[in-house]
Amino acid sequence: MASYKTNEFRKGLKVQIDGEPYLMIEMNFRKPGKGAALFECKLRNLLRNTILSRTYRGTETLEAADVEEIDAQFLYRQGDMFVFMDNTNYEQYELTSEQVDDAAKYLKEGLGCSLMLYNGNPISLTPPNHVELEITECEPGAKGDTATNVTKPAKVETGAEFQVPIFIKEGNIIKIDTRTGDYVERVSN
Amino acid sequence: MNDFLPSASWDRLRHRAALLKRLRAFFDERGFLEVETPLLSADTVVDRHLDPMTVCVAPAGTGDGGRPVEWLQTSPEFCMKRLLAAGGEAIYQVTRAFRQDERGRLHNPEFSIVEWYRVGDDYPAGMDLLADVAGTLLDASAVQRVSYGGAFERAAGVDPHRADLAALRHAAAARAIDVPVGYEDADRDHWLEFLFDRCVAPQLGCDQPAIVYDYPASQAMLARLGDGNPSVAERFELYVNGVELANGYHELTDGAELRRRNDAVNALREVDGKPALPATSRLLAAMDAGLPACCGVALGFDRLVMAATGADDIRDVLAFPVDRA
Repeated sequence: MASYKTNEFRKGLKVQIDGEPYLMIEMNFRKPGKGAALFECKLRNLLRNTILSRTYRGTETLEAADVEEIDAQFLYRQGDMFVFMDNTNYEQYELTSEQVDDAAKYLKEGLGCSLMLYNGNPISLTPPNHVELEITECEPGAKGDTATNVTKPAKVETGAEFQVPIFIKEGNIIKIDTRTGDYVERVSN
Repeated sequence: MNDFLPSASWDRLRHRAALLKRLRAFFDERGFLEVETPLLSADTVVDRHLDPMTVCVAPAGTGDGGRPVEWLQTSPEFCMKRLLAAGGEAIYQVTRAFRQDERGRLHNPEFSIVEWYRVGDDYPAGMDLLADVAGTLLDASAVQRVSYGGAFERAAGVDPHRADLAALRHAAAARAIDVPVGYEDADRDHWLEFLFDRCVAPQLGCDQPAIVYDYPASQAMLARLGDGNPSVAERFELYVNGVELANGYHELTDGAELRRRNDAVNALREVDGKPALPATSRLLAAMDAGLPACCGVALGFDRLVMAATGADDIRDVLAFPVDRA
Protein backbone atom coordinates (compact mmCIF):
# COMPACT_ATOMS: atom_id res chain seq x y z
CA MET A 1 0.00 0.00 0.00
CA ALA A 2 1.13 3.56 -0.67
CA SER A 3 2.14 5.83 2.17
CA TYR A 4 1.81 9.56 2.76
CA LYS A 5 4.56 11.92 3.87
CA THR A 6 3.60 14.69 6.25
CA ASN A 7 3.74 17.28 3.47
CA GLU A 8 0.95 15.30 1.73
CA PHE A 9 -1.26 15.30 4.84
CA ARG A 10 -4.64 16.93 4.19
CA LYS A 11 -8.28 16.70 5.14
CA GLY A 12 -10.00 13.68 3.59
CA LEU A 13 -6.95 11.38 3.56
CA LYS A 14 -7.69 7.77 4.55
CA VAL A 15 -4.86 6.28 6.54
CA GLN A 16 -3.98 3.18 8.52
CA ILE A 17 -3.05 3.65 12.20
CA ASP A 18 -2.46 0.77 14.64
CA GLY A 19 -4.14 -1.63 12.23
CA GLU A 20 -7.34 0.37 11.73
CA PRO A 21 -8.58 2.76 9.02
CA TYR A 22 -8.93 6.46 9.83
CA LEU A 23 -10.23 9.47 7.94
CA MET A 24 -8.23 12.69 8.44
CA ILE A 25 -10.89 15.27 9.36
CA GLU A 26 -8.56 18.10 10.40
CA MET A 27 -4.94 18.92 9.66
CA ASN A 28 -3.12 21.84 11.17
CA PHE A 29 0.45 22.77 10.17
CA ARG A 30 2.46 24.27 13.02
CA LYS A 31 5.96 25.63 12.95
CA PRO A 32 7.06 27.17 16.20
CA GLY A 33 9.50 30.06 15.87
CA LYS A 34 12.52 28.70 14.11
CA GLY A 35 11.78 25.16 15.23
CA ALA A 36 10.73 21.95 13.53
CA ALA A 37 7.39 21.63 11.77
CA LEU A 38 4.59 19.69 13.44
CA PHE A 39 1.44 18.34 11.82
CA GLU A 40 -1.55 18.25 14.17
CA CYS A 41 -4.20 15.85 12.97
CA LYS A 42 -7.71 14.90 14.02
CA LEU A 43 -8.72 11.50 12.69
CA ARG A 44 -11.98 9.58 12.75
CA ASN A 45 -11.84 5.83 13.15
CA LEU A 46 -13.85 4.44 10.24
CA LEU A 47 -14.74 1.26 12.10
CA ARG A 48 -15.70 2.67 15.48
CA ASN A 49 -16.41 6.34 14.72
CA THR A 50 -14.12 7.46 17.56
CA ILE A 51 -11.93 10.57 17.21
CA LEU A 52 -8.16 10.43 17.60
CA SER A 53 -5.88 13.48 18.01
CA ARG A 54 -2.26 12.93 16.98
CA THR A 55 0.66 15.20 16.23
CA TYR A 56 3.37 14.13 13.79
CA ARG A 57 6.82 15.50 13.09
CA GLY A 58 7.95 16.15 9.55
CA THR A 59 9.89 12.90 9.24
CA GLU A 60 6.88 10.65 9.89
CA THR A 61 4.77 8.86 7.29
CA LEU A 62 1.34 7.22 7.44
CA GLU A 63 0.31 4.20 5.45
CA ALA A 64 -2.69 4.66 3.16
CA ALA A 65 -5.74 2.63 4.21
CA ASP A 66 -7.26 0.32 1.61
CA VAL A 67 -10.59 2.13 1.65
CA GLU A 68 -12.85 2.68 -1.35
CA GLU A 69 -16.39 3.89 -1.82
CA ILE A 70 -18.74 2.14 -4.26
CA ASP A 71 -22.25 2.86 -5.54
CA ALA A 72 -24.62 0.18 -4.33
CA GLN A 73 -28.33 -0.37 -3.89
CA PHE A 74 -30.19 -1.78 -0.91
CA LEU A 75 -31.77 -5.14 -1.70
CA TYR A 76 -33.37 -6.51 1.46
CA ARG A 77 -33.05 -7.03 5.18
CA GLN A 78 -32.65 -10.50 6.69
CA GLY A 79 -32.82 -10.43 10.46
CA ASP A 80 -29.83 -8.40 11.63
CA MET A 81 -28.22 -8.26 8.20
CA PHE A 82 -28.75 -5.65 5.49
CA VAL A 83 -27.93 -6.83 1.98
CA PHE A 84 -26.62 -4.48 -0.74
CA MET A 85 -25.53 -4.96 -4.33
CA ASP A 86 -22.69 -3.26 -6.19
CA ASN A 87 -24.32 -1.47 -9.13
CA THR A 88 -21.44 -2.17 -11.50
CA ASN A 89 -20.58 -5.85 -10.95
CA TYR A 90 -23.70 -7.09 -9.08
CA GLU A 91 -21.60 -8.37 -6.20
CA GLN A 92 -23.51 -8.55 -2.92
CA TYR A 93 -22.37 -7.14 0.43
CA GLU A 94 -23.81 -7.57 3.92
CA LEU A 95 -23.76 -4.98 6.69
CA THR A 96 -24.88 -5.54 10.29
CA SER A 97 -27.52 -3.27 11.81
CA GLU A 98 -24.77 -1.88 14.02
CA GLN A 99 -22.79 -0.86 10.92
CA VAL A 100 -25.86 0.53 9.19
CA ASP A 101 -26.74 2.44 12.35
CA ASP A 102 -29.08 5.39 11.91
CA ALA A 103 -29.22 4.98 8.12
CA ALA A 104 -31.59 2.00 8.57
CA LYS A 105 -34.44 4.52 8.83
CA TYR A 106 -34.02 5.37 5.15
CA LEU A 107 -33.38 1.95 3.65
CA LYS A 108 -36.17 1.03 1.30
CA GLU A 109 -35.76 -1.53 -1.46
CA GLY A 110 -33.72 -0.26 -4.40
CA LEU A 111 -32.31 2.83 -2.60
CA GLY A 112 -28.95 3.87 -4.07
CA CYS A 113 -26.26 4.32 -1.38
CA SER A 114 -22.54 4.84 -1.10
CA LEU A 115 -20.90 1.83 0.52
CA MET A 116 -17.45 2.08 2.11
CA LEU A 117 -15.19 -0.96 1.72
CA TYR A 118 -12.12 -1.57 3.86
CA ASN A 119 -9.78 -4.28 2.57
CA GLY A 120 -12.70 -5.27 0.32
CA ASN A 121 -15.20 -5.68 3.19
CA PRO A 122 -18.10 -3.28 3.76
CA ILE A 123 -17.78 -1.16 6.91
CA SER A 124 -20.35 1.62 6.56
CA LEU A 125 -22.83 3.24 4.24
CA THR A 126 -23.98 6.74 3.42
CA PRO A 127 -27.53 7.19 2.10
CA PRO A 128 -28.23 9.93 -0.48
CA ASN A 129 -28.81 13.38 1.07
CA HIS A 130 -32.53 13.18 0.31
CA VAL A 131 -34.82 10.16 0.23
CA GLU A 132 -38.50 9.89 -0.64
CA LEU A 133 -40.62 7.73 1.65
CA GLU A 134 -44.31 6.81 1.74
CA ILE A 135 -46.37 7.50 4.86
CA THR A 136 -47.96 4.27 6.14
CA GLU A 137 -49.44 5.46 9.42
CA CYS A 138 -50.31 8.79 10.96
CA GLU A 139 -53.06 10.71 12.76
CA PRO A 140 -55.40 12.47 10.37
CA GLY A 141 -54.58 16.15 10.14
CA ALA A 142 -56.90 19.07 10.71
CA LYS A 143 -58.44 20.09 7.38
CA GLY A 144 -57.07 23.19 5.78
CA ASP A 145 -54.17 23.44 8.19
CA THR A 146 -51.21 24.10 5.92
CA ALA A 147 -48.83 25.36 8.58
CA THR A 148 -45.46 23.59 8.48
CA ASN A 149 -44.28 24.62 11.93
CA VAL A 150 -46.79 22.41 13.76
CA THR A 151 -45.80 18.78 13.48
CA LYS A 152 -46.95 15.29 14.36
CA PRO A 153 -45.22 11.91 14.25
CA ALA A 154 -45.76 9.73 11.17
CA LYS A 155 -44.62 6.22 10.32
CA VAL A 156 -43.09 5.55 6.88
CA GLU A 157 -42.66 2.45 4.75
CA THR A 158 -39.31 1.56 6.39
CA GLY A 159 -41.02 1.42 9.79
CA ALA A 160 -39.21 4.55 11.00
CA GLU A 161 -40.99 7.57 12.44
CA PHE A 162 -40.48 11.20 11.43
CA GLN A 163 -41.98 14.51 12.48
CA VAL A 164 -44.15 15.85 9.63
CA PRO A 165 -46.53 18.80 9.22
CA ILE A 166 -50.14 18.38 10.32
CA PHE A 167 -51.53 18.28 6.74
CA ILE A 168 -49.63 15.10 5.79
CA LYS A 169 -51.87 12.03 5.25
CA GLU A 170 -51.35 8.30 4.91
CA GLY A 171 -50.25 7.44 1.38
CA ASN A 172 -48.41 10.75 0.89
CA ILE A 173 -44.82 10.59 -0.27
CA ILE A 174 -42.49 12.91 1.60
CA LYS A 175 -38.86 13.98 1.19
CA ILE A 176 -36.51 13.64 4.20
CA ASP A 177 -33.02 15.12 4.57
CA THR A 178 -30.91 12.18 5.76
CA ARG A 179 -28.19 14.41 7.24
CA THR A 180 -30.60 15.91 9.77
CA GLY A 181 -33.61 13.55 9.71
CA ASP A 182 -35.81 16.58 8.96
CA TYR A 183 -38.90 16.69 6.77
CA VAL A 184 -38.25 18.74 3.59
CA GLU A 185 -41.46 18.66 1.54
CA ARG A 186 -44.41 16.64 0.33
CA VAL A 187 -43.62 15.05 -3.03
CA SER A 188 -47.05 13.65 -3.90
CA ASN A 189 -50.47 12.97 -2.41
CA MET B 1 -15.51 27.47 -9.14
CA ASN B 2 -15.00 30.89 -7.62
CA ASP B 3 -11.33 30.37 -6.87
CA PHE B 4 -10.38 33.30 -9.09
CA LEU B 5 -11.60 35.55 -6.28
CA PRO B 6 -9.28 36.89 -3.56
CA SER B 7 -9.50 35.18 -0.16
CA ALA B 8 -9.01 38.48 1.70
CA SER B 9 -11.77 41.06 1.96
CA TRP B 10 -11.28 44.49 0.33
CA ASP B 11 -11.40 45.96 3.83
CA ARG B 12 -8.36 43.96 4.87
CA LEU B 13 -6.53 44.63 1.60
CA ARG B 14 -7.01 48.37 2.18
CA HIS B 15 -5.82 48.01 5.77
CA ARG B 16 -2.79 46.09 4.48
CA ALA B 17 -1.89 48.84 2.03
CA ALA B 18 -2.22 51.48 4.75
CA LEU B 19 0.05 49.52 7.10
CA LEU B 20 2.68 49.20 4.38
CA LYS B 21 2.64 52.97 3.89
CA ARG B 22 3.01 53.59 7.63
CA LEU B 23 5.82 51.07 7.83
CA ARG B 24 7.77 52.75 5.03
CA ALA B 25 7.14 56.16 6.61
CA PHE B 26 8.41 54.85 9.96
CA PHE B 27 11.76 53.79 8.49
CA ASP B 28 12.09 56.72 6.09
CA GLU B 29 11.61 59.18 8.97
CA ARG B 30 14.44 57.50 10.86
CA GLY B 31 16.86 57.81 7.98
CA PHE B 32 16.78 54.19 6.83
CA LEU B 33 17.51 53.54 3.18
CA GLU B 34 15.09 51.22 1.40
CA VAL B 35 17.04 48.60 -0.56
CA GLU B 36 16.24 45.77 -2.94
CA THR B 37 18.22 42.53 -3.13
CA PRO B 38 17.81 39.42 -5.30
CA LEU B 39 15.12 36.84 -4.64
CA LEU B 40 17.20 34.38 -6.64
CA SER B 41 20.66 33.85 -5.26
CA ALA B 42 23.51 31.35 -5.46
CA ASP B 43 23.57 31.45 -1.63
CA THR B 44 20.97 30.52 0.93
CA VAL B 45 20.57 30.67 4.71
CA VAL B 46 21.78 27.42 6.28
CA ASP B 47 19.10 26.50 8.80
CA ARG B 48 18.08 23.11 10.16
CA HIS B 49 14.35 23.71 9.75
CA LEU B 50 14.19 26.02 6.71
CA ASP B 51 13.94 24.36 3.34
CA PRO B 52 14.61 26.72 0.45
CA MET B 53 13.05 26.19 -2.98
CA THR B 54 15.40 25.74 -5.88
CA VAL B 55 15.13 27.19 -9.36
CA CYS B 56 17.14 26.00 -12.29
CA VAL B 57 18.65 29.19 -13.70
CA ALA B 58 21.65 27.77 -15.54
CA PRO B 59 22.27 24.35 -17.05
CA ALA B 60 23.80 21.81 -14.65
CA GLY B 61 27.39 22.56 -13.77
CA THR B 62 27.46 26.05 -15.25
CA GLY B 63 26.10 27.96 -12.28
CA ASP B 64 28.09 29.78 -9.67
CA GLY B 65 30.82 27.57 -8.26
CA GLY B 66 29.60 24.70 -10.40
CA ARG B 67 26.21 24.66 -8.66
CA PRO B 68 23.39 23.98 -11.11
CA VAL B 69 20.65 25.67 -9.15
CA GLU B 70 19.83 28.95 -7.52
CA TRP B 71 17.83 29.43 -4.37
CA LEU B 72 14.66 31.40 -3.85
CA GLN B 73 15.49 33.35 -0.70
CA THR B 74 14.02 32.26 2.64
CA SER B 75 14.87 35.81 3.82
CA PRO B 76 16.94 38.69 2.38
CA GLU B 77 19.46 38.37 5.24
CA PHE B 78 22.60 37.41 3.33
CA CYS B 79 22.43 40.12 0.68
CA MET B 80 21.46 42.81 3.20
CA LYS B 81 24.46 41.97 5.38
CA ARG B 82 26.69 42.16 2.30
CA LEU B 83 25.38 45.70 1.85
CA LEU B 84 26.34 46.48 5.46
CA ALA B 85 29.84 45.10 4.89
CA ALA B 86 30.03 47.39 1.84
CA GLY B 87 29.21 50.54 3.83
CA GLY B 88 25.46 50.41 4.41
CA GLU B 89 24.43 51.96 7.72
CA ALA B 90 20.68 51.74 8.26
CA ILE B 91 18.79 49.77 5.62
CA TYR B 92 15.38 48.17 5.30
CA GLN B 93 13.58 46.10 2.73
CA VAL B 94 10.03 44.93 2.04
CA THR B 95 10.16 41.82 -0.10
CA ARG B 96 8.92 38.28 -0.61
CA ALA B 97 10.44 35.16 0.90
CA PHE B 98 9.84 31.51 0.01
CA ARG B 99 9.87 28.44 2.22
CA GLN B 100 9.21 24.91 1.00
CA ASP B 101 6.27 22.97 2.48
CA GLU B 102 5.14 25.71 4.84
CA ARG B 103 1.40 26.09 4.53
CA GLY B 104 -1.22 26.37 7.21
CA ARG B 105 -3.17 28.85 9.28
CA LEU B 106 -0.06 30.97 9.88
CA HIS B 107 2.00 30.00 6.83
CA ASN B 108 1.97 30.51 3.09
CA PRO B 109 4.99 29.20 1.15
CA GLU B 110 5.40 32.63 -0.43
CA PHE B 111 5.07 35.46 2.08
CA SER B 112 5.94 39.11 2.65
CA ILE B 113 8.87 39.92 4.89
CA VAL B 114 10.17 43.21 6.24
CA GLU B 115 13.81 43.17 7.25
CA TRP B 116 15.98 45.94 8.69
CA TYR B 117 19.52 46.44 9.97
CA ARG B 118 21.20 49.33 11.72
CA VAL B 119 24.94 49.49 12.23
CA GLY B 120 26.01 50.41 15.76
CA ASP B 121 22.86 49.12 17.46
CA ASP B 122 23.74 46.96 20.46
CA TYR B 123 21.42 44.27 21.84
CA PRO B 124 19.11 46.61 23.84
CA ALA B 125 18.99 49.15 20.99
CA GLY B 126 17.90 46.40 18.59
CA MET B 127 15.03 45.50 20.90
CA ASP B 128 14.12 49.16 21.42
CA LEU B 129 13.72 49.65 17.68
CA LEU B 130 11.56 46.52 17.33
CA ALA B 131 9.39 47.70 20.25
CA ASP B 132 9.04 51.05 18.49
CA VAL B 133 7.98 49.36 15.23
CA ALA B 134 5.44 47.16 17.05
CA GLY B 135 4.07 50.01 19.14
CA THR B 136 3.66 52.27 16.12
CA LEU B 137 2.14 49.79 13.68
CA LEU B 138 -0.09 47.99 16.17
CA ASP B 139 -1.06 51.16 18.06
CA ALA B 140 0.19 49.67 21.32
CA SER B 141 1.00 52.02 24.18
CA ALA B 142 3.64 49.67 25.60
CA VAL B 143 5.59 46.60 24.55
CA GLN B 144 6.39 44.05 27.25
CA ARG B 145 9.82 42.37 27.53
CA VAL B 146 10.37 38.93 29.03
CA SER B 147 13.42 36.71 29.04
CA TYR B 148 13.08 33.32 27.34
CA GLY B 149 14.33 31.60 30.49
CA GLY B 150 11.96 33.44 32.81
CA ALA B 151 8.88 32.93 30.64
CA PHE B 152 9.80 29.27 30.12
CA GLU B 153 10.32 28.58 33.80
CA ARG B 154 7.03 30.24 34.76
CA ALA B 155 5.00 28.37 32.14
CA ALA B 156 6.74 24.98 32.00
CA GLY B 157 8.38 24.77 35.42
CA VAL B 158 11.93 24.06 34.19
CA ASP B 159 15.00 26.18 33.46
CA PRO B 160 15.47 25.85 29.68
CA HIS B 161 19.15 26.79 29.82
CA ARG B 162 20.07 24.05 32.30
CA ALA B 163 17.40 21.31 32.14
CA ASP B 164 18.50 18.06 30.53
CA LEU B 165 16.40 15.98 28.14
CA ALA B 166 14.88 13.90 30.95
CA ALA B 167 13.77 17.02 32.84
CA LEU B 168 12.13 18.44 29.69
CA ARG B 169 10.28 15.19 29.03
CA HIS B 170 9.19 15.13 32.64
CA ALA B 171 7.84 18.70 32.34
CA ALA B 172 5.67 17.63 29.39
CA ALA B 173 4.42 14.55 31.23
CA ALA B 174 3.67 16.56 34.38
CA ARG B 175 1.46 18.87 32.31
CA ALA B 176 -0.21 15.98 30.44
CA ILE B 177 0.86 17.46 27.10
CA ASP B 178 0.14 15.31 24.08
CA VAL B 179 3.60 14.51 22.72
CA PRO B 180 4.12 14.15 18.95
CA VAL B 181 4.53 10.68 17.48
CA GLY B 182 8.22 9.72 17.41
CA TYR B 183 9.34 12.34 19.94
CA GLU B 184 10.87 9.64 22.14
CA ASP B 185 14.12 10.03 20.23
CA ALA B 186 13.89 13.78 19.53
CA ASP B 187 16.83 15.86 20.71
CA ARG B 188 16.95 18.56 23.39
CA ASP B 189 16.26 21.47 21.05
CA HIS B 190 13.16 19.78 19.65
CA TRP B 191 11.87 19.37 23.19
CA LEU B 192 12.64 22.99 24.05
CA GLU B 193 10.83 24.23 20.93
CA PHE B 194 7.93 21.91 21.55
CA LEU B 195 7.44 22.94 25.19
CA PHE B 196 7.88 26.60 24.27
CA ASP B 197 5.23 26.26 21.56
CA ARG B 198 2.73 24.46 23.81
CA CYS B 199 3.23 26.12 27.18
CA VAL B 200 4.98 29.45 26.74
CA ALA B 201 3.99 30.98 23.39
CA PRO B 202 0.20 30.90 23.93
CA GLN B 203 0.65 33.25 26.91
CA LEU B 204 2.87 35.75 25.10
CA GLY B 205 1.66 39.09 23.82
CA CYS B 206 -1.95 38.70 24.93
CA ASP B 207 -2.45 42.08 26.64
CA GLN B 208 0.24 43.96 24.73
CA PRO B 209 2.94 42.94 22.23
CA ALA B 210 5.80 41.05 23.94
CA ILE B 211 9.48 40.75 23.09
CA VAL B 212 11.14 37.54 24.26
CA TYR B 213 14.95 37.72 24.55
CA ASP B 214 17.99 35.62 25.52
CA TYR B 215 17.39 32.38 23.62
CA PRO B 216 19.21 29.14 24.42
CA ALA B 217 22.76 29.16 23.01
CA SER B 218 21.89 26.09 20.92
CA GLN B 219 19.26 28.18 19.10
CA ALA B 220 21.49 31.15 18.29
CA MET B 221 21.14 30.81 14.49
CA LEU B 222 22.90 33.98 13.29
CA ALA B 223 22.97 35.76 16.64
CA ARG B 224 26.07 36.33 18.72
CA LEU B 225 26.41 34.61 22.08
CA GLY B 226 26.40 36.67 25.27
CA ASP B 227 29.19 36.53 27.84
CA GLY B 228 27.01 35.40 30.76
CA ASN B 229 26.82 32.01 32.40
CA PRO B 230 25.00 30.09 31.13
CA SER B 231 25.74 31.62 27.77
CA VAL B 232 22.62 32.72 25.92
CA ALA B 233 22.03 33.83 22.35
CA GLU B 234 21.44 37.55 21.83
CA ARG B 235 18.32 36.77 19.88
CA PHE B 236 14.82 38.19 20.37
CA GLU B 237 11.34 37.58 19.00
CA LEU B 238 8.13 39.60 18.94
CA TYR B 239 4.87 37.88 19.93
CA VAL B 240 1.29 39.10 19.60
CA ASN B 241 -1.56 36.92 20.87
CA GLY B 242 0.71 33.89 21.07
CA VAL B 243 1.89 34.25 17.45
CA GLU B 244 5.50 34.98 16.53
CA LEU B 245 5.70 38.10 14.33
CA ALA B 246 9.40 38.92 14.18
CA ASN B 247 12.85 37.53 14.92
CA GLY B 248 15.92 39.66 15.63
CA TYR B 249 19.59 39.18 16.33
CA HIS B 250 22.44 41.10 17.77
CA GLU B 251 24.26 39.88 14.70
CA LEU B 252 27.08 37.40 14.62
CA THR B 253 29.99 39.07 12.79
CA ASP B 254 32.61 36.32 13.12
CA GLY B 255 32.94 34.40 9.84
CA ALA B 256 34.87 31.52 11.39
CA GLU B 257 32.09 30.98 13.92
CA LEU B 258 29.45 31.02 11.15
CA ARG B 259 31.45 28.37 9.24
CA ARG B 260 31.41 26.17 12.35
CA ARG B 261 27.64 26.69 12.81
CA ASN B 262 26.92 25.96 9.13
CA ASP B 263 28.80 22.65 9.37
CA ALA B 264 26.95 21.75 12.57
CA VAL B 265 23.58 22.60 10.98
CA ASN B 266 24.36 20.53 7.91
CA ALA B 267 25.29 17.58 10.13
CA LEU B 268 21.87 17.88 11.84
CA ARG B 269 20.11 18.19 8.48
CA GLU B 270 21.73 14.91 7.48
CA VAL B 271 20.36 13.31 10.68
CA ASP B 272 16.91 14.68 9.73
CA GLY B 273 17.24 13.17 6.25
CA LYS B 274 17.47 16.57 4.56
CA PRO B 275 19.97 17.67 1.91
CA ALA B 276 22.92 19.78 3.05
CA LEU B 277 22.83 23.48 2.12
CA PRO B 278 25.84 25.37 0.70
CA ALA B 279 28.33 25.89 3.51
CA THR B 280 30.17 28.61 1.61
CA SER B 281 28.62 31.89 0.56
CA ARG B 282 29.40 35.47 -0.39
CA LEU B 283 28.14 36.39 3.08
CA LEU B 284 31.15 34.58 4.56
CA ALA B 285 33.42 36.57 2.27
CA ALA B 286 31.69 39.75 3.47
CA MET B 287 32.11 38.73 7.12
CA ASP B 288 35.79 37.97 6.54
CA ALA B 289 36.16 41.43 5.00
CA GLY B 290 34.39 42.92 8.02
CA LEU B 291 30.72 43.05 8.95
CA PRO B 292 30.19 45.96 11.36
CA ALA B 293 28.45 45.29 14.69
CA CYS B 294 24.69 45.68 14.22
CA CYS B 295 21.24 44.41 15.02
CA GLY B 296 18.83 43.08 12.44
CA VAL B 297 15.18 42.02 12.51
CA ALA B 298 12.92 40.10 10.13
CA LEU B 299 9.19 40.73 10.47
CA GLY B 300 6.44 38.65 8.89
CA PHE B 301 4.33 41.35 7.27
CA ASP B 302 1.30 39.12 6.64
CA ARG B 303 1.19 38.21 10.33
CA LEU B 304 1.49 41.88 11.27
CA VAL B 305 -1.59 42.56 9.13
CA MET B 306 -3.32 39.62 10.80
CA ALA B 307 -2.58 41.06 14.25
CA ALA B 308 -3.67 44.57 13.22
CA THR B 309 -6.96 43.41 11.68
CA GLY B 310 -7.84 40.56 14.04
CA ALA B 311 -7.56 37.86 11.36
CA ASP B 312 -6.82 34.33 12.53
CA ASP B 313 -5.93 32.79 9.18
CA ILE B 314 -3.21 34.10 6.86
CA ARG B 315 -5.64 33.57 3.96
CA ASP B 316 -7.69 36.44 5.34
CA VAL B 317 -4.89 38.94 4.63
CA LEU B 318 -3.60 37.60 1.29
CA ALA B 319 -5.24 38.41 -2.01
CA PHE B 320 -4.29 35.03 -3.42
CA PRO B 321 -2.87 32.34 -1.08
CA VAL B 322 -0.98 29.42 -2.59
CA ASP B 323 -4.05 27.38 -3.56
CA ARG B 324 -5.40 30.34 -5.56
CA ALA B 325 -2.07 31.69 -6.80
